Amino acid sequence: MLTVNNVTYQIGQAKLLKDISFSIKSGEMVAVLGANGAGKSTLLKLIAGANRPASGSISLHGRPLHHYSSAELAHIRTVLSQQNVVSLPFEAKEIVMMGRYPHYKNNPTAKDNDIVHTVMEATGVYSLADRSYPTLSGGEQQRVQLARALAQVWEQPNALLLMDEPVAGMDILYQQQTLSILKSMAQKRFMVISILHDMNLAAQYADRIIMLKHGRKWYDGTPAEVLNQKSVYEIFEIESDVFTNPATLKQLIMPHEIIFEQNKTPLTT
Amino acid sequence: MSKGIVYIILSVSLLTAGIVSVGLGAVPIPASEVLLLILHKLGMYHMQQVNEQHEVIIFIVRLPRLMLGILVGAALGISGAAIQGIFRNPLAEPGLIGISAGATLMAVAVIGLEATLLTTLSNLLGYYLLAFGAFAGAGVTALLIYQISRHEGKPNVATMLLAGIAINALAGALTGLITYLASEQQLRNITFWMLGSLGGATWQTVTALAPFVLIPVILLPRSGKALNAFSLGEMQADYLGLDVNRIKRRVILLSTMAVGAAVSLTGIINFMGLLVPHIIRLIMGVDNKHVLPASALLGALVLTIADMISRTLIAPIELPIGVITALIGAPVFLYILIRDKRKLSL
Repeated sequence: MLTVNNVTYQIGQAKLLKDISFSIKSGEMVAVLGANGAGKSTLLKLIAGANRPASGSISLHGRPLHHYSSAELAHIRTVLSQQNVVSLPFEAKEIVMMGRYPHYKNNPTAKDNDIVHTVMEATGVYSLADRSYPTLSGGEQQRVQLARALAQVWEQPNALLLMDEPVAGMDILYQQQTLSILKSMAQKRFMVISILHDMNLAAQYADRIIMLKHGRKWYDGTPAEVLNQKSVYEIFEIESDVFTNPATLKQLIMPHEIIFEQNKTPLTT
Repeated sequence: MSKGIVYIILSVSLLTAGIVSVGLGAVPIPASEVLLLILHKLGMYHMQQVNEQHEVIIFIVRLPRLMLGILVGAALGISGAAIQGIFRNPLAEPGLIGISAGATLMAVAVIGLEATLLTTLSNLLGYYLLAFGAFAGAGVTALLIYQISRHEGKPNVATMLLAGIAINALAGALTGLITYLASEQQLRNITFWMLGSLGGATWQTVTALAPFVLIPVILLPRSGKALNAFSLGEMQADYLGLDVNRIKRRVILLSTMAVGAAVSLTGIINFMGLLVPHIIRLIMGVDNKHVLPASALLGALVLTIADMISRTLIAPIELPIGVITALIGAPVFLYILIRDKRKLSL
């Protein structure tokens, strides 16, 4: 169980998050949506424990987040960050094994090796195991990082998975596969929070959607409850049509075309 | 190549190069005699007839020099690898980014300010004081560079290298100032020390240096896993459960301890910390668990060979050992620069 209570965060005078509250139970798959700069990644970093809120509190399994040591947290939550630059040319399997670092001291156990193998199969990177990380494509690198993040808590249900744009750079097949892995983890009692940009993916896979705007929580509910023309316009400032797919009963969002008006603001010369 | 085999090849090569090196010089001694004499001295073999002149040359002159070379080489190799891990950059070389210059400055300051203990450089306490001074200088400079080169939690390569240039110049100027103000006796000590190289080796210097090198060589490889995690970024390392600040302190402390002590006895030997880990990564991959200990071994080997070359190339004149390491190291540095040109965005 994760509880975020009246959380505010600011850097200097800039308030990046204002009075955010929600709680998430084991087994929930939550998507966080919002425009660029809405505070999604900031919120994720606070929940990850990388930064502390200016006010308000976050607790995980009933215990305040900042009472956990970094080592304790590593066993019960994992984070996939937005930017993943690796400074040394490790092999893909070495990167994934780093996810198991919190679990062994000097040498990986058979269990660690098993988990790395399983996770790499699941994320479709097993065939890349011996490849040097910098030689992989952007999407492949992202899948390797996803595998690393999953390996960290693979055998710990109740753990918290924090995913900042997990499908960035992936082709459509792997976007679907990634969300489907995350969904299956949620069904195994993990808590999953993913920042997504694709509302249709969120509608397809999430149990619940939290929408942020200007650092505030604007909507929080099931896809059917929160995805509609009005909310999409409020959050993203785009006109759209929202349908319900008759076969799956999931929402489908079709943004309207925007006509670019070149000379709307006269150029000063 | 299996990692075990690399360790074996490195160890055997080091042993061979060491024995050959001890045999080389104005009075050549065959490698077999060197080996037997050492075994004889260790009580593992009994020689019928001992050539006393050879015995003196080996045990008073050449063996301490070899040992000093091995220690300094190991220190520079392993600390180069460790500092690159912390700075998250393969170009972070103690000499280039000013750590060695900081050590030099403090060492010269110790001599220049003439602590009462240090009337002459030949006593053991004097060497320890010098080593501690250099260690402090190296440590402070490393922290300074680290803080300067960080931008939004990430070390910035360009800033790191440029700050290194500035620190090198500043430390150089201050070193010059102290030299200028030094008394005649101090000047003699400073000059003697600055000419350093491995030439001044005695068992005393070896004994003084040993703990400063052996402690890091034993303890640093334990941070190998942590340094691997560091390559993902500090925040990611934290997410993996590491106490990021503790690891930084530990690695900077241990590696500047080794660099400082090495510099305090032999002066700055450039490019070792760059060249050695780079070669190891090409052979064994980038896992710091192996890169750290193997860099210590290869560092010892490279410096032993470099010293052999510097003594014999234009004998009886001795080339400064830094000339040899820079001749090999500088092109490697340029190679990495060119290879990573796009990534560095200098």
